Amino acid sequence: MIDTEALADRLVKGLRDGVIELPEDVKHRLEEAIDQESDELAKTQLRTILENVDVAHDGCAAMCQDTGMQIFFIKAGYDFPYLKEVHSAIAPAIARATKEVPLRPNTVDPFTGENPKNNLGHNLPAITVELEEGDGCDVYIMPKGGGSENMSALWMLTPAEGFKAMKRKVLEQVQFAAGKPCPPIVLGIGIGGGADISIKLAKKALLRPLDQPNPNPEVAAMEAELLEAVNEIGVGPAGLGGVTTALGVQIEYTNRHPATFPTALVVQCWCDRRQKIHISKDGEVI
Amino acid sequence: MPEYHLTTPISDDDIFKLNAGDTIYISGIVFTARDEAHMELIEHKGIPGFDFTGLGLYHCGPVMKQNDCGEWCVVSAGPTTSYRMETLEPPFLDLFGVKVIIGKGGMGPLTIEALKKHNVVYASFTGGAGALAAKGLGTVKEVHYLEELGMPEAVWVFEAVEFGPLIVTMDSKGVSLYDGVNEKAADNVKRIVSERYC
Repeated sequence: MIDTEALADRLVKGLRDGVIELPEDVKHRLEEAIDQESDELAKTQLRTILENVDVAHDGCAAMCQDTGMQIFFIKAGYDFPYLKEVHSAIAPAIARATKEVPLRPNTVDPFTGENPKNNLGHNLPAITVELEEGDGCDVYIMPKGGGSENMSALWMLTPAEGFKAMKRKVLEQVQFAAGKPCPPIVLGIGIGGGADISIKLAKKALLRPLDQPNPNPEVAAMEAELLEAVNEIGVGPAGLGGVTTALGVQIEYTNRHPATFPTALVVQCWCDRRQKIHISKDGEVI
Repeated sequence: MPEYHLTTPISDDDIFKLNAGDTIYISGIVFTARDEAHMELIEHKGIPGFDFTGLGLYHCGPVMKQNDCGEWCVVSAGPTTSYRMETLEPPFLDLFGVKVIIGKGGMGPLTIEALKKHNVVYASFTGGAGALAAKGLGTVKEVHYLEELGMPEAVWVFEAVEFGPLIVTMDSKGVSLYDGVNEKAADNVKRIVSERYC
């Protein structure tokens, strides 16, 4: 049997750690970036970011005041027996974390302007469920900030233009975004499927740690190529110039309709927050 | 680059000596205002009894916590994206005598003109560094519009202690560090695209 109280506590912990702790792979990239910068202003920005990461950890305070919208992805096995318990525990966990951590109450009704002050609302929480072979369940939490999300984009490219146009669009978008999404940024790119599918893939791509390239070598090569090109733009940390505009480029894809080439970009700030919780078929929560 | 430690009310002389690229730290009164608060303050011509002269205006929607005694304290308070306030800043500066605008990402030509007109600088704090900013912002003196606008949009008034490092990125003489970076970035994108992706 699953201990629903332990599950609730673990979800709240995931939401708390999500906004307080920066994943190690991101921290590592930021540390490396200091040595790569020759510009003193760029180095100062990176040092300030890393000092902030330590202050947040030591003081158990959110790294960034925009604690985001709490985006959930559930990957469950067909034989996982507690999907209902897990799925229905998420909304109360968000409301509890909003008070306890605290998280900034961020969700606003677009029509009335009303903020329920619990980070919930109409059609929330945002949970994407994917089913696969197996009997366990992974819950991914992504606290997603608004400033970086605002710089995201969808392009319905023509197949004739394809990847060249995609690369051009990404570079132009990063230049347009400049300092607004809190660089150094991480780029999640989704290709194929359809408009909605490519956007979802782009967001899902951001769940992958920065030290894990796409398993397809051709896609991994394009991630590396784009990261190099983006870092030639010169936006730099905080948009004040430098060679670290992005910390990573993560691409996910699916097959496309022959008439379409949907490409989506979801921009993530340096505060590339993500947490993972595993629940076994026996209800053990890790 | 020079470093200055300013205390509010900040004077015109203090501002005039600042150049883009300088580092500043602010002690004294710094208040937050995002889009909604700008609109409220402009519409109501300020807050009765509150003097904006020489203060720091901070583009920020903080995470705040109320302790058991009902006192507010700041948890995390990094800057929000300033460009959203671009059309609101000129009328704001026409009405109120703030001397330093603090935010992230820089602002546009409307604000550059307003900074020149009123002898004000725009200074950047590192985006996302909310926990560190909270340390410098110190204690809460008062809060306005909390009920009407909610936590992020309310006007939080802080007694800051050495809040910084803030980089003067737009000075009162019309120089913007962002312009230089953005021009170079546009040239670089053109070059990369024409060499590789045409």
